Amino acid sequence: MIDRVRPHLVINERLIFEHSSPGKLGYQLPDLDVPAVEPEEALGPENVRAAIEHFPEVSEVEVVRHYARLSTWNYSLNTGMYPLGSCTMKYNPRVNELVAHIEELAWAHPYQPEPLAQGAMEIMARLEAALAEITGMDAVTLQPAAGAHGELTAILMMRAALAKRGNPRKKILIPDSAHGTNPASAAIAGYAVDNIKSSEAGVLDLGALEQIVTGDVAALMVTNPNTLGVFEENIMQAAGILHAKGALLYMDGANMNALMGIARPGDFGVDALHLNLHKTFSTPHGGGGPGAGPVAVKKELEPFLPLPRLKRSAKRWAYDYKRKHSIGRVRAFYGNFGVMVRALAYILAHGGPGLRKVTLDAVLNANYIRKGLEPYYELPYQSPSMHEVVFSDQRQAQKGVHTGDIAKRLIDYGFHPYTVSFPLIVHGALMIEPTETETKRELDRFIEAMTAIAHEVESDPQMVKTAPHGTGTSRVDEVAAARKPVLRWKPA
Amino acid sequence: MLDAIGARSVEDLFAHLPEAVRLKQPLDLPKGISEYEIVRYFRERAAENASGYASFLGAGVYHHFRPVLVDNVVARGEFLTSYTPYQAEISQGTLATIFEFQTMICQLTGMDVANASMYDGSTAMAEAAMMAVRATGKGRVLVARSVHPEYREVLRTYAANQGMPVSEFAYLPEMGALDAEDLERKMDGLTAAVIVQSPNFFGVVDRVREAAEIAHRSGALLIVLFTEAVSLGILQPPAAADIVAGELQSFSIPPTYGGPYIGIIATRERFVRQMPGRLVGQTVDSRGNRAFCLTLATREQHIRREKATSNICTNQALLALMASVFMTVYGKQGLRELAEQNLAKAHYLAGRVKPRFGGRFFNEFVARVEGKLPDQVNKTLLKRKIVGGLPLARFYPELADSILLCATEMSRRADMDRVAEVLA
Amino acid sequence: MYPENLRYTKEHEWVRVEGNTGTIGITDHAQQELGDIVYVDMPKVGTRVEQGKTLGSVESVKAVSDIYAPVSGDVVEINQTLADAPEKLNEDPHGEAWLVKIRLSVPAEFEKLMSAAEYQTYIGAEK
Repeated sequence: MIDRVRPHLVINERLIFEHSSPGKLGYQLPDLDVPAVEPEEALGPENVRAAIEHFPEVSEVEVVRHYARLSTWNYSLNTGMYPLGSCTMKYNPRVNELVAHIEELAWAHPYQPEPLAQGAMEIMARLEAALAEITGMDAVTLQPAAGAHGELTAILMMRAALAKRGNPRKKILIPDSAHGTNPASAAIAGYAVDNIKSSEAGVLDLGALEQIVTGDVAALMVTNPNTLGVFEENIMQAAGILHAKGALLYMDGANMNALMGIARPGDFGVDALHLNLHKTFSTPHGGGGPGAGPVAVKKELEPFLPLPRLKRSAKRWAYDYKRKHSIGRVRAFYGNFGVMVRALAYILAHGGPGLRKVTLDAVLNANYIRKGLEPYYELPYQSPSMHEVVFSDQRQAQKGVHTGDIAKRLIDYGFHPYTVSFPLIVHGALMIEPTETETKRELDRFIEAMTAIAHEVESDPQMVKTAPHGTGTSRVDEVAAARKPVLRWKPA
Repeated sequence: MLDAIGARSVEDLFAHLPEAVRLKQPLDLPKGISEYEIVRYFRERAAENASGYASFLGAGVYHHFRPVLVDNVVARGEFLTSYTPYQAEISQGTLATIFEFQTMICQLTGMDVANASMYDGSTAMAEAAMMAVRATGKGRVLVARSVHPEYREVLRTYAANQGMPVSEFAYLPEMGALDAEDLERKMDGLTAAVIVQSPNFFGVVDRVREAAEIAHRSGALLIVLFTEAVSLGILQPPAAADIVAGELQSFSIPPTYGGPYIGIIATRERFVRQMPGRLVGQTVDSRGNRAFCLTLATREQHIRREKATSNICTNQALLALMASVFMTVYGKQGLRELAEQNLAKAHYLAGRVKPRFGGRFFNEFVARVEGKLPDQVNKTLLKRKIVGGLPLARFYPELADSILLCATEMSRRADMDRVAEVLA
Repeated sequence: MYPENLRYTKEHEWVRVEGNTGTIGITDHAQQELGDIVYVDMPKVGTRVEQGKTLGSVESVKAVSDIYAPVSGDVVEINQTLADAPEKLNEDPHGEAWLVKIRLSVPAEFEKLMSAAEYQTYIGAEK
C-alpha cells in the first residue's frame, strides 16, 4: 500500500497556442511621450516584418492559469527528495532568491562605470576568495557559465600553460567512470581523449596510470570522490606521477559536497578544478539551468585565467584587462552574477563550520541509505561511500527487471528517480545521493519505497516493468520522438 | 542513524581518508550568519552600486520593462527547484514550456527548429560557428567587425584549438553596415560560415541579404546573430540565414551585471542533427495522450562523449521560462507595439543628437561627440543621474570620439532632452 | 540462425559478396543490443572506406554505435529506405535493412572474415 501518493485532480492543460485567440491582450505599455515613428519610413519597407504568424494572443488570466496548471505536472524539490547521484539536489534557500532580486544588483548593467559597480565587484571578489579557501587553491575565475564551460576553460588554461613551457601535448586521460562532459570538453579544446580503466576496486589504477602517462599527455581529468562516491585514496600519488612527467591534474569538482572542511583539492595535488554552484552551493536548478562553473587554479596557472581579472587599486575594485597570457574570454561580460549572489548568500549563511557540517551530514545520509538498501540491492564495490552510493540491478536483472524500470516504479512511491545507468563502469547502475538537507524521515521513506520495490520484483515483476502507474503521464514513447522528431507546435 | 550504519561517530565515516589529505585546521571563513544579516550584507553592497539612474547603455544588454507575471510564475517551486526533465512522466510542466519556447523562437526568427537554449548569445555564436564547420566539413569562419566585440573574442577563444581560423571583414565607415566588397574579397571555398549581426553592434540594420548571397555562392553557411531580441517584433526575420544565434536577455531577464542570460540557436530542418544543446520533442505516452520528452539526445555529451556536438549540459530552463512568460504576456500585438515604442524613443533622441552612421537603426545608434571627450560627457551626465552611452574607444580605436546610445520604451523624454543638451 | 552466405566481423557487421560488390549490414545480435533503432548515419555515395575504419553509425534512443567497414572499397549505393524507416534494422537486419553497397578494392579481405558458425561461437563466448 503506497501511502505517500494518492490520485489527484490535475487539469489537462493545452499548449498556449491552443488557447490563443486573435485580439486578446495581456499587456499594457505606457503612452509614448515622444512622437510615434512610421516603421516603414524609419527602417525601410524591405526591413519591416509581417505579423508574427501564430504567435500567442492571450489574456493575463490565461497566462497565469496556463503556467500554474503546467507547474502541477512537475515534481520538484518543493515536493520531495531527488536522490540523483552527482547532482547534489539540496534545498534552495529562499533568502538567496530575495537578495538576488535586490534592484541595484538585478538591474546593474555590465558596462556601467566601475565606480557605480563597486558593490557587485565586491560580491564577486568575496566569492572568489571564499571558493579559493574552500578548495585550497590560489585563484578563481567566476566567468564560466556552467560546469562543462568551466571544464573547457580549465583545459584551455592548462593547454596555454603547457604551450608556454614548450609543448601543449596531445592527449587528455579520462577515467571510464567519468561524466560525459569531460571528454566532450577535452575534444573542444583540441585534445584527443584516452580512456583509462578503473581498477578492480573502481578507483584510479596507479599501475595503469604509470604506463599511460607519456610526454604526449597533457593532463588527467579526475572526479574526487569519483562517480562511485568513493574517495580516490591514491590521488596524491597520481598527482606525483603526472607532475613528474610534466603533466597536470584536473579535478571535476561536481562532488565537492563530500569534501568541504574535510579535505581540499589544492592540498592533494590538483592544479585546476571547476565547481558547480548549482550543486554544492545550493543555487536552484530551475528545470535545467542556469548554473555557474567557476574554475579554481594553482598560482602556476593564474596568468592564464580568462580576462578581465578583478584587482584592488586605491581602495577600489577595478578590472584588469592587461593580462597578456590570458586565454581570453570564454563568454561576454563577467559571469553568471545572479547565480554568484545566491552562492555567496549560501556560503555566508553556513560559514566555515557550517560548510563542514554540510559535508558530514551529506556523507552520513548517504551511508544510512547504503546500509538500508544493502540487503536488497547489489553493491558492486565494497569501498566506503562518501556522499553518494552506487548499486547495480544485478539481482533484479535475473527477473528481467532493470534499473530503469525500478526508477520508474519509484515514481509511483512519490520520489524522483535516482541516476539511472551511470557511471558506465557499473552495469545497470543505481546512483543515489540524498544530500544533507533531507531529514531522516524522508530517508526512511525512501528506503521503505526501494525495499518494497525489491519485493515487488520478486512477486510481481511486470508491475515494475510497466511503471509508472500513478502519474498523469504514463511512460512516453521516446523511440517515436527520436524517429520522427516533432520539435515545435504547428497549427492543424 | 549511526547505530544503523554501525559507526560510532560521523567522523568515523571519513577515517578511511589518507592522513596526508586531511585538512588539519578549520576553513578560514567567518561563522554562519542569520537570514537578516545576509539580507543586510547584500543591501549594503547594493548601496555601493548605481541606484535610481536613467541609463542609455545598450551594447548587448538592454533595459526593458519586466511584466510582473514573470517573477510570479518563475518563483513557483515547481519550476524554480525542479531538475532537468530527464524523467518525462514527472516533468511535463518543464517540457511543455520548453516546447512552447522552441516554437515561439521559430515563429520569431522564421527558422524551422530551435533548441532549448545555450548559455548566452556569445557562446551561442561560437557554437553556431562550430555547427557550421560540422555541417559543411570546411574549416574557416568569417565574422563582421560590426558584430559585438566581446562575442568576437569568445569566438576566437573557442576557435583557437579546433583548427578553425577566424578572419574579420570591415564595415562601411559612412553607413555603419557591413562592407560587402571586403567580404567578397576575403571569401573563399574553404569558408564554413559568414557571421553577421543585425541590428549590429552599432544598432544598424545590417545588410543580411548581401552577406547571404556572397556566402551561399561560395558554399558557406550564413549565421545571423541578434543581441536585441525586441527588434524581432518589427524587423524582418533573417530568412536567408542557415543558422540564427542570439541573446534573449531583452525578454525580461534583468541585466544582472552580465549574467545569467539566455542564448538560442535556431536553424533549418536539415541541420537539426548538428545542433548542440537540449531539444524537446512531442510524442505520446502509453495511454495515447500527447506528451513531451527530451529527444535526439544522441547528439549530446552524455552519450557521444568526445564526439558530441557540444560539451553543453545545461539549458537555461528557468530563463527560457521567463522569456516565454514575457512573450505570452506581450503576444503578437504586444511585441510589435513594444518594438515600435523602442523605435520611436531612439529616433526621437537621434533627432536631437545626430547619428554618426547613415544606416537605418532600431533602438541604438552611434553619436560623435564634438568638442569634448566622451568620458567628460558621461561625467557630466552622471551628475544628473544619467548613465550615458558606451564610449567606443575601448573596442573601436577609429571611433574613439564616439559613443553608443540606446533608448528603449523605458527611456523618458526629459532624460533624452538632458542627454541632447549635454552633447550639444 | 546466421545466414551461411554472409561473413561476419567482431564488431557485429556482416558482408555479402556478389561479383565485385559487397553489401554490408549489422547483425541480428547488434540490433538486439541496441534496442529500437531511431536513426542511421551513412556515408555519401563515392566515399572511400577502409577495412576497420568507421563508415557511419547507428543510433537508438540512448546509445550510438559506430559501424566499421568489414571490407575496403568505394560506396556505390546506400539504402534509402532506412532514412524513413530505421525500424527495418530491427525487423530484418540481414536482408532488407542492408546499409551500403561497395565496390570492393581488396576482394581477398572477404575470405578472412568469420563464417556464420565462427560468428555464432564468438557471440556465444562473449556473453
